[in-house]
Amino acid sequence: MLGYSMDFSLMQRVFPFFVEAALVTIEITVLALILGLAAAALAAAGKMSRSAIPRAIGTLYVSLFRGTPCLIQLFVLYFGGPQIGINLDPFAAGVIGLGLNIGAYMAESIRGALVAVDRGQTEAARTIGFSRFQTLRKVVLPQAARLMIRPLGVNTVGLLKGSALVSTISVVELTYTAQRFIGSTYKPFEIFGVAALLYMIMVYAVARIVDLLDKRFAIV
Amino acid sequence: MQGLDFTVVAPYWGLLLTGAWWTTLLTVSAGALSFVFGILFAVTVLYAPAIIAYPVRVFMWIFMGTPLLLQLFLIYFGLVQIGIDIPALAAGIVGLGLHFAVYNADVIRAGIVAVDTGQTEGARSIGFGKWQTLRYVVIPQAIRNTAPPIGSNLIALLKESSIVSVIGIAELVHSAQLAISETFRPFEFYITAAALYYILNLVLEAGLRRFERNVEVSR
Repeated sequence: MLGYSMDFSLMQRVFPFFVEAALVTIEITVLALILGLAAAALAAAGKMSRSAIPRAIGTLYVSLFRGTPCLIQLFVLYFGGPQIGINLDPFAAGVIGLGLNIGAYMAESIRGALVAVDRGQTEAARTIGFSRFQTLRKVVLPQAARLMIRPLGVNTVGLLKGSALVSTISVVELTYTAQRFIGSTYKPFEIFGVAALLYMIMVYAVARIVDLLDKRFAIV
Repeated sequence: MQGLDFTVVAPYWGLLLTGAWWTTLLTVSAGALSFVFGILFAVTVLYAPAIIAYPVRVFMWIFMGTPLLLQLFLIYFGLVQIGIDIPALAAGIVGLGLHFAVYNADVIRAGIVAVDTGQTEGARSIGFGKWQTLRYVVIPQAIRNTAPPIGSNLIALLKESSIVSVIGIAELVHSAQLAISETFRPFEFYITAAALYYILNLVLEAGLRRFERNVEVSR
């Protein structure tokens, strides 16, 4: 590589710091995922509601959060928040910002899966006397669940990689740590190698979990 | 806690619009790069000899599994280390372009595989060479069929381009940060920047919808 020699002992020395940072990345991702799923379920229910107000709120939320960069959303929350009386530490702002952002994408994944279930299923359930709620709970959701696993998995991988953005509001996670070490060692390739390895292990783990869930919910 | 006052934005409109203009330029140039390299990577992975195809596959795999921000640090700081001193703007375009090229390549590769083999056989039997078949028959159809996901990638690129503000490129977020450093009004300026992104996003979505309709008609 144009006379650049990799310093593998450096990679070994910094590795423990990166493992610790990766744990923070996992923590943020998991918390944002929980928040995101809750926001997504509400937004999807709102968008599919028959009354105008929940529908408008759900539609507006999804449109605004999907139509603007996640980075800006984090900045509004973290730097702009104090102006409207919201004082959050970086970690909390990161979790809430990432969670609300991915929630908008996940809402579309959930809605897409619900819409994809054949209309005849709903009609049949209603005909044999199921209430609207029973139809959703016993007929539509079980079929939609397996349709939403893959898209939600893709969203989760996006969230995991997107969590790097919280380094810009000084949350000490994997990318922040990488940036600091690049600055102090001037060894960008080694540092990238260590951080990339950890990110890819995490992405692989998410993919495996999605595979397992997919099998679990498969209709055989 | 101070009251919100959006009139502070007024004197900075020129700065913000310049930022939005640079965001547009970044999106267009990185978008073009991601399209060209997307095709190149897809063709390489499918048809090149293993010694070339394999490294490209590993590269794609790494770029798909890591955050764009981390990749930007690698390109911006890494190239300097190996003696290539490129300006931040070029690093930003290359970083965004390569990141999304990988996603486009994944889509286009699937598109190429999905083109009916009869098309290749037909082209070959009327005397097209292998390369000609690919260039004039297979790739155009693959691109047409994959236009919607490539469009979504471009929309994602527009929003992700905000990240290059981190390496100091004077796009929209950077303009907002500049104004904030003078006014100490983050909320007003970031909301305004968000509104500008939202408008750019709407324009791009409308443009892509129109383009896709035209592609449909020409079938």
